[in-house]
Amino acid sequence: MPEGDAVTGATIELDELTKRYGHSAQPAVDGVSMEIAAGETVILVGPSGCGKSTCLRMINRLIEPTSGRILINGEDVTGIDPVKLRRRIGYAIQSSGLFPHMTVAENIAQVPKMLGWSKSTVRDRVEQMLDLVGLDPREFHGRYPRQLSGGQQQRVGVARALAADPPVLLMDEPFGAVDPITRDHLQDELIRLQHELHKTIVFVTHDFDEAIKLGDRIAVLREQSHIAQFDTPEAILTNPADDFVSGFVGAGAALKRLNLTRVRDVGVVDVPTAAMDDPRETVVDRLREGTSNELLLLDRRGRPYKWLRTGDLALAKGSLARAGTPVTGHVSRDATLRDALEAVLTDSAGRVPVTGRRGEYVGVVDMETLMNSVHELLEADRMAAIEHRHDLEEMRAHHTQEQLEAGFGEGGR
Amino acid sequence: MTAGPGTEEAQPVTSALQSAPMPRKVTAKKLIVTPIVIVLALIGTYVWISNVSLDPIEKNSLSGALVRQALWQHIRLTAYSTFFVLVIAIPLGIALTRGGVRKASPVATAIANLGQSIPSIGLLALLTFWLGIGPRTALVGMVAYAVLPVLSNTMSGLRGIDPQLVDAARGIGMSGFGVLTKVELPLAVPLILAGVRNALVLNVGTGTLAGFVSGGGLGTLITNGIVTQRTRVLIVGSVLAVALALFVDWLASLAELQLTPRGLEES
Ligand SMILES: Nc1ncnc2c1ncn2[C@@H]1O[C@H](COP(=O)(O)OP(=O)(O)OP(=O)(O)O)[C@@H](O)[C@H]1O
Ligand SMILES: [Mg+2]
Repeated sequence: MPEGDAVTGATIELDELTKRYGHSAQPAVDGVSMEIAAGETVILVGPSGCGKSTCLRMINRLIEPTSGRILINGEDVTGIDPVKLRRRIGYAIQSSGLFPHMTVAENIAQVPKMLGWSKSTVRDRVEQMLDLVGLDPREFHGRYPRQLSGGQQQRVGVARALAADPPVLLMDEPFGAVDPITRDHLQDELIRLQHELHKTIVFVTHDFDEAIKLGDRIAVLREQSHIAQFDTPEAILTNPADDFVSGFVGAGAALKRLNLTRVRDVGVVDVPTAAMDDPRETVVDRLREGTSNELLLLDRRGRPYKWLRTGDLALAKGSLARAGTPVTGHVSRDATLRDALEAVLTDSAGRVPVTGRRGEYVGVVDMETLMNSVHELLEADRMAAIEHRHDLEEMRAHHTQEQLEAGFGEGGR
Repeated sequence: MTAGPGTEEAQPVTSALQSAPMPRKVTAKKLIVTPIVIVLALIGTYVWISNVSLDPIEKNSLSGALVRQALWQHIRLTAYSTFFVLVIAIPLGIALTRGGVRKASPVATAIANLGQSIPSIGLLALLTFWLGIGPRTALVGMVAYAVLPVLSNTMSGLRGIDPQLVDAARGIGMSGFGVLTKVELPLAVPLILAGVRNALVLNVGTGTLAGFVSGGGLGTLITNGIVTQRTRVLIVGSVLAVALALFVDWLASLAELQLTPRGLEES
């Protein structure tokens, strides 16, 4: 069961990791250093051939580094038995990599079996994992991979990677081969999983939007895996380090920024409301008191139902039931600002009710609130980035100072 | 199947195997028809031989004890040679697809090819210079002849496996041996079995040539028939050889049905 905020991940440190294939002149990965906190999701993005997969596969030593070190939870794993190492690290790849001659259950059970878990523990674990990735154990347990859709295969792939509860999960474009809608679902699922599990995830993609959506931090890599920028999605969107990064972020950084904030995090405005059964006079009074010439009529369960204007009242002489225009769109509090913007833009009057968990009225967003929120967000991002840079510089200065002192110390002897 | 960009990527294994030569399909019809054909042919030949008057030479050559012995020898020759073929070709095929040895694979296939491209009777004749005559020579010749199909099928079965699968297997922490036994070999089983089936049938066929080098088997009947110019002896020998070949093929197809991993069958 989900256990609060218990971090089960491990820290990963890459120290001057380099890979040179065969006798090629240029290394494929050139001296990458990176520190990843426990429970963090780090995304590696970059153009094709920049060494993302090589980098990732050096962490579980599917590719042996030419030089450099990998530390997991502070332990240097560069020299240990790679087979044992890999059993402690989850691994999921693009084509799901499921073994076609094994059932879904057998596929998931592979690592626990290799680790010598008892039969009954393995069996329970398989059921649990299927549940975790949203597949009904009774239905999918005995199926073969070819009897699954691409998305389902990918889920099983993730279940297999997580089966032995590894602290670290490596994923190489795991959602690259499924259609956009399924990919979106799988991404949401991964976010939900990570919310429960708090693994340390290193995730490779070349889709920057995917990176923004999933990453706590994003490492934008240029050729030979030189790190162009390693920062939070917000910071990269609002403050790309150089032209390479802004090129990679692509057009519409501000729009993409909208994806990172949800409606519940920004202010909504209130409009006058009335219930359906309220007497006509009350409604008229509220409309008159309100600043706008509009009122939102709620149904019996408090959900947005109709927009009422002053003019509508005059027209509808009888009951309120027939007056006004029905509410067409609404956004939930969990929707991203981008979804909200979309809804506002398509609404004829440029305002959309916000609803809570059960669809009840919470407030309204319109163009003006959105604009204000976005400006505030961008401003805050910029401030944070400047502060961050300042901190970094200070740290570096401090570092140099120490080195200088150490140097003097030696020189003095 | 649903359409969508994911579908093609989703089933790399089957497509990889389909690009390699696919074993003949075993249909239910064939499973019933083959034994019926064999039994009918045998009964027909028996009835025919029992109802014609045979001269002493024919009687002698076709005595129950002699025919049974020839048949038994033939089965033994086939079984032994197939055993040696499996023991040689499958491990060799595995070795030739592993890391460093891989470079030697063209040489090995060339040699195996040579074994098969020399006419089998010529191969046997050459072997008699070296090993003399007798069942041993016949056995060596049969093995040399049947190694190739099993070897090449083992190799193409192992090579046809989607590298992504091997990557995934290593990635989740299987040892080299684990990857081979739990992933690669099971996936190569259909092709290896097809090769074995091929070898079995080939062995029944080349087994008839054992008669030329005094190796025993149904070939003895056939050579006797030729030497003594008794067509009926020759026909009985040939019918038995054909029936044995069909029967062995049938048995092998049963084994294939049984041993092919379930996830790989077409539904
Ligand atoms: N086994 C190999 N032998 C030789 N060179 C290789 C090997 N694997 C990768 N390379 C080279 O190393 C470089 C980095 O490859 P890598 O697969 O890590 O890139 P990537 O960033 O994952 O690309 P993509 O987004 O296309 O998957 C490429 O130039 C590639 O040609
Ligand atoms: Mg890659």
